[in-house]
Amino acid sequence: MPTTPVLPKLVGQRVKRREDPRLIQGRGTYVDDIALVGMLHLAFKRSDLAHARIRSIDTSAAEALDGVEAVFTGAQIAEFLAPMPIATPFPSPEHRAVAADTVRYSGEPVAVVVARDRYVARDAADAIVVSYDPLPAVVDLEQAMTGKPAVIHPDFPDNLAIALVPSGTGVSASGSVDDSAIDAAFANAEIVVSQRMMNQRLAPSAMEPRGVVAHYEPGKGTMTIWSSTQNPHILRTFIAALTGLGQDQVRAIAPEVGGGFGAKINIYGEEYVTAAISKRLGIPLKWIEDRSEAFVATIHGRDILGYVDVAARRDGTVLGLKLRLIADIGAYNMLLTAAIPTLTMMMANATYNIPAVRVTLTEVFTNKTPTDAYRGAGRPEATYFVERAMDMLARELNMDPAELRRKNFIKPSQFPFATQTGAIYDSGDYEKALDLALKNAQWDRLKAERDAARSEGRLVGLGLAMYVEVCGIGPSASLPTGGWEHSQVTIERDGRISATTGASPHGQGNETTFAQMLADQFGVPFEHVTILHGDTGVVKQGIGTFGSRSQAVGGTALLMAGAKVKSKMAKFAAALFEAHEDDLVFENGTISVKGSPASAKPFASVAAYAYVPVPLPEGLEPGLSDEAFFEPTNNTYPFGCHISMLEIDRDTGEPTLLKLVAIDDAGNLINPLIVEGQIHGGLAQGIGQAMIEEVVYGNDGQLLTGSFMDYALPRAIDFPRFELGASVTPTPVNPLGAKGVGEAGTLGSTPCIVNAAVDALSGFGVKHIDMMLRPEKLWRILQGGRS
Amino acid sequence: MAHISMTVNGKARKATVEPRLLLVHFLREQLRLTGTHVACDTSQCGACTVLVDGRSTKSCTLFAVQADGSTVTTIEGLAPNGQLHPLQNAFWEEHGLQCGYCTPGMIMAAVTLLEDNPKPSEKEIREGISGNFCRCTGYQHIVNAIQRAAGEKR
Repeated sequence: MPTTPVLPKLVGQRVKRREDPRLIQGRGTYVDDIALVGMLHLAFKRSDLAHARIRSIDTSAAEALDGVEAVFTGAQIAEFLAPMPIATPFPSPEHRAVAADTVRYSGEPVAVVVARDRYVARDAADAIVVSYDPLPAVVDLEQAMTGKPAVIHPDFPDNLAIALVPSGTGVSASGSVDDSAIDAAFANAEIVVSQRMMNQRLAPSAMEPRGVVAHYEPGKGTMTIWSSTQNPHILRTFIAALTGLGQDQVRAIAPEVGGGFGAKINIYGEEYVTAAISKRLGIPLKWIEDRSEAFVATIHGRDILGYVDVAARRDGTVLGLKLRLIADIGAYNMLLTAAIPTLTMMMANATYNIPAVRVTLTEVFTNKTPTDAYRGAGRPEATYFVERAMDMLARELNMDPAELRRKNFIKPSQFPFATQTGAIYDSGDYEKALDLALKNAQWDRLKAERDAARSEGRLVGLGLAMYVEVCGIGPSASLPTGGWEHSQVTIERDGRISATTGASPHGQGNETTFAQMLADQFGVPFEHVTILHGDTGVVKQGIGTFGSRSQAVGGTALLMAGAKVKSKMAKFAAALFEAHEDDLVFENGTISVKGSPASAKPFASVAAYAYVPVPLPEGLEPGLSDEAFFEPTNNTYPFGCHISMLEIDRDTGEPTLLKLVAIDDAGNLINPLIVEGQIHGGLAQGIGQAMIEEVVYGNDGQLLTGSFMDYALPRAIDFPRFELGASVTPTPVNPLGAKGVGEAGTLGSTPCIVNAAVDALSGFGVKHIDMMLRPEKLWRILQGGRS
Repeated sequence: MAHISMTVNGKARKATVEPRLLLVHFLREQLRLTGTHVACDTSQCGACTVLVDGRSTKSCTLFAVQADGSTVTTIEGLAPNGQLHPLQNAFWEEHGLQCGYCTPGMIMAAVTLLEDNPKPSEKEIREGISGNFCRCTGYQHIVNAIQRAAGEKR
């Protein structure tokens, strides 16, 4: 009997990523690395005013430059390209990929050049002369709601994209509103804390700027489009619609994608324009975004103002929560813009059993870059508002912030838990995460250290925040593109396995984790499994990677497809073995009859038989390939607790993060190494928001943070060593028990740091500090406290 | 147009370029060495870091003509074909990358960091790579990787 190596189970192991060898050797292919024969380059001429009517555009100097193939103004493009579609059901003003008559944010495209190379294209764009009639720029969010100083879209009075949509206790599905419960909560309160809080605008800043290559082949009537996107299938859908092609005639490819963070979900004007001009000219075209362009042309995140009121008894029992949200969505609705703040509404219930919750949402147009999904997308905002308010309540009641939270938690026995805001939390044990965080951080010892530091005159603060987020997005009812995921698993003739997934990754390591899962499922070596993704010509269906959904939804589809193929393979094996298909064991690269290891045949030999099936078992078709769509019944709801310690320099106001302890419960983990990386990255972005990142506009609507000179992207020196831990509460929503982890780090870290800053400055009468924690802002508080 | 010659990854290269052509664009578009990336236009991000005459250099801060006569090493030339430089291997072992876009520049910056300071402290590593942005990893696994390459695994 031949001996076979024993293969370890890989799910749950810290498997090194198989993506890495190509990436560490500079052999990955990102969009800008693609060069096609005859390819020309695009450059966009962008508005340098925030709000203006276009009087005229003179393209003659641009067209006269050597190497310029064509120049199109917005009006010319409007003749062959329909307005930009959105994927939310809200009313939306017309949005042209290239403005035809009015510009509504600084950086909005007004013309596009096609030229020999990117240098000539840029020269030509600079040579275009645009004459404008300036209009007043709408910059301040609350002023915008009064229709001043201008109305940006005539059909949206007072710049209201969405006005005062209510949700929560007493709000019925039909929209009728009963205030009795929320009013009673506040009438019965012994204490109410109220605060206005700004969750500031951020620039997602994936290290790879966006880019697109479009190649329309007139002879075939087909389009291939490469784009730095999180969701090539959604890109295909919209590109087909706007170029007048069928979805079967468009192939969308996401090659290596250098980070997305939500900003590469959206389908952008530059993608439509590049495809449409390629179709018009019949030549391949490339457009690559500069970083300066990215700051104005790629969506921004957050920018939601919250008015929070919490009603409670003096023993800390929370009776009611009111949250009035006003979102500054910028100049236009992008693909999901309008829906992002609705996730803030949905998650306002946080980890607490609050008897009455009322949230209202208003979305406002301003003359700024449009907002859309940025890592966390609506949930960090909800977490921030509620966790800041809970901290304020704890301070008012002189309670330990951990104990106030513990008192109000939804209890493990209450799951599945229907929140006042319309979510059904799948599973949770918030006290477990809190206790683990307190233990890992040594909370009592930290408090003693803080107090000792204070007695030396140092300004040290501690902060704690809980979070719960909605992930594994999600059932089709929650996503306009459909909320399923798709996979096809094929056992090749040589016994190797290839599998497709619609969850197109951009750094998440799906090639590794998905191969771990299939290797275990079939009992074959990890090296014998290949995961294919990111190409609609290969991956027949898919949605994409966002909303922390790859594992929970895509991973489940993969295993479902795998199970179908395995079942068929078992039938072939049963015929070979003259055994029952239920009595077969797949392990160590072999298939054998249970209890009879000597019967083992190589996995590959059964695969070969399935493709040359002589004789063909009755009722079977040849071959081993099958697909599955997984439609989840619910979202998943990961949760956790983050704790920070922070010190503020008494002389300069500069804050330093001394410690960050994170407990994250994402359910079952496929690859803890990759999970750690995801959490680290999320923490970095959440800390960045709390401490140093902020998109700032001038009163004239000019972006003042338009490069990395002015927008503070965190560096390695900005962070301490993160201290991670995990509790494991599997979800019942999918067979993996995995909840999703991509966004988790951005939720708890942000409020826990601001809570620590307020704690550090509590001796100065401070109740709240708006982000980010600019040293100058903290220094002013210190001066006020001293005077 | 200007005539330039330089040694890139051990090969002698001659070219005629516009004087304004950045070194990074020369490497990427004329030599098709696309492992060196561009992630900003203000020399903050470090994604374009290569070795010029053995020292880590942001290749967007030089015109190709300024590198005339130089020896340039890009990520593709860091280790003999088929092998990994200790830093490359350490980034793999420690999960020091996610999307991989900043990685070549980060590794090339770390080459000089470790040459100048073979046994850096964690703080020295964090300071040493502060000219290189990473948006994915939060830097912790990158720090671990550089520590591992320095033979100072925690």
